Amino acid sequence: MFPTPIEKQSRGMQIGYQAFLPVALVLWLLPLLAVALFSIKPDADFANGNFWGLPSSFEAFNNYGKVFFESNMPRYLLNSLLITVPTVIGAVALSAMAGFALGVYRFKGNLLIFFMFIAGNFVPFQILMVPVRDLTVSLGMYDTIRGLVLFHIAFQTGFCTLFMRNFIRALPFPLIEAARVEGIAEWRIFWYVVLPLMKPALAALAVLIFTFIWNDYFWAVVLTQGPSAQPVTAGITEFNSQFRAAYHLMSAGSIVAALPPVAMFFLMQKHFIAGLTLGAVK
Amino acid sequence: MTTASTNTQPAERGWYKRNEIAITPWLFLLPAILFFAVYVIMPIAQSFWISFHAWDGLGEKTWVGTANYERLFGIGDQNMDRKFQISFWNNIKWLFLYLLAIPMGLFIALFLNQTVRGIRLYKSLFFFPFVISQVVVGLVFSWFYLPNDGAFDQIVGLFGIDISGGVLGNPNTATYGIIAAGLWPQTAYCMILYLTGLNAVDPEQVEAARLDGAKGWKMLWYVIVPQLKPATFIAFVVTIVGALRSFDFIAVMTNGGPFGSTRVLSFYMFEESLSEFGFRMGYGAAIAVVLFFIMLGFIVYFLWSMYQDEKGAH
Repeated sequence: MFPTPIEKQSRGMQIGYQAFLPVALVLWLLPLLAVALFSIKPDADFANGNFWGLPSSFEAFNNYGKVFFESNMPRYLLNSLLITVPTVIGAVALSAMAGFALGVYRFKGNLLIFFMFIAGNFVPFQILMVPVRDLTVSLGMYDTIRGLVLFHIAFQTGFCTLFMRNFIRALPFPLIEAARVEGIAEWRIFWYVVLPLMKPALAALAVLIFTFIWNDYFWAVVLTQGPSAQPVTAGITEFNSQFRAAYHLMSAGSIVAALPPVAMFFLMQKHFIAGLTLGAVK
Repeated sequence: MTTASTNTQPAERGWYKRNEIAITPWLFLLPAILFFAVYVIMPIAQSFWISFHAWDGLGEKTWVGTANYERLFGIGDQNMDRKFQISFWNNIKWLFLYLLAIPMGLFIALFLNQTVRGIRLYKSLFFFPFVISQVVVGLVFSWFYLPNDGAFDQIVGLFGIDISGGVLGNPNTATYGIIAAGLWPQTAYCMILYLTGLNAVDPEQVEAARLDGAKGWKMLWYVIVPQLKPATFIAFVVTIVGALRSFDFIAVMTNGGPFGSTRVLSFYMFEESLSEFGFRMGYGAAIAVVLFFIMLGFIVYFLWSMYQDEKGAH
């Protein structure tokens, strides 16, 4: 193990390390702790220049109440959910199939198609922006949740296919051959043999895509406007102009907007990290 | 036409059954390819096409040849587009400074790669910034950088440094302020990659190197870092892609200002195509094409590396 395990070092080092850990963590998360602090402060603290001190009164219920009952925030949160969940289902379904095709079969153009998905996944969004917006407008889906979902599914399929294909490659191939010898139809092999083995990959991708899509801002701004379809990342700017310079409310709003992916991460941590670090170990 | 048709199957087993192995992959690929072609592949080609036109996004496109590119690069008797120039150099700054996330991530990973009580929770909490949306991170940092009241201003104030207009209000510091904000989640990402990589480092090699007297930096550089190569590759890929996609932070923190000093190509393109200055989609598309070619250099390198791996695997 590297660096040398702390248990093998002097008692002083051990205590020092244990003591420094929380300090380092607080320093690292300082910006977030500041927002959390902001969000429970009363308005008056900011007027009096008490930005970083202790709150003069505890206003969490008040502030978060305003976010939920006096702004469009709930609507934006709902939109985010309605955009994110169908995208996750769509992208995972499409890429499980594509990954199966690319991972199991040998045919001409296999690697080429695979590389097309990878390359597409890396292109800058801006090269797609004008045509995708144009297409969405002409399909009558500008400023709708559907329009955003369709694009997200298509784009995320690139990354998901890379993931799925590599995962399927690592499965024991004799299993599939055995099924073939038994005369099982190919689509049944996919459904009954491969898919059950892919559960960890499906879970990892689902949490990753959930986070990516929930946090998307660019496409939300390009393809939607206003509270009818905009997700919370774009909504927070409108929220902030409604409560201009009201730092306590803007902080509370930001925390609410950031919370769902955070909850997802802590609940599904193992899958999330397995997904992100795919390929980091050979 | 296929490998499967060489089998001598009974004729009554329909055409599909006979060609099942050849056809199935295409059936499974069809939906994904269709979606990807319509929303990713074709738009790339269309953007190239649009970049040779003047277009407001609504009316007819007017063919202008390479006029958009001539204006961008200042070919002929005009000057190079100043906004483009600033954006381009900011992109270069982003690329280089963003790469700092890799050594910083490695450093934190080494710090946390211990087995003391509660270390798992520490690792998760260090990773935390990556999970939050860039919009929120941007907002948080813009408050952190507030002139006079912001924590950053107060801290540097202790050392007698006074940045006029605040970090984000000063054209000399604004871009660096935004990059620093971006480095925060990116470092967390690199850290998690390295923590996973460190987990897989071969303990026998480390012990052997230790017996040979290697330790500290030498051990890190000659024994550990080479074994972390796959993690470093992925960290490099995601950091480059992240640097060139830096849109959210700029839109939220400075909206391109002050005096346009924080624009990057992705932001400038958006501004030209969809903003109060009018919908100049043709010019915007030309900027996007330039950005695409910068990215393409990296994409080719990534794919080439992956291709080498594929060849090695079979």
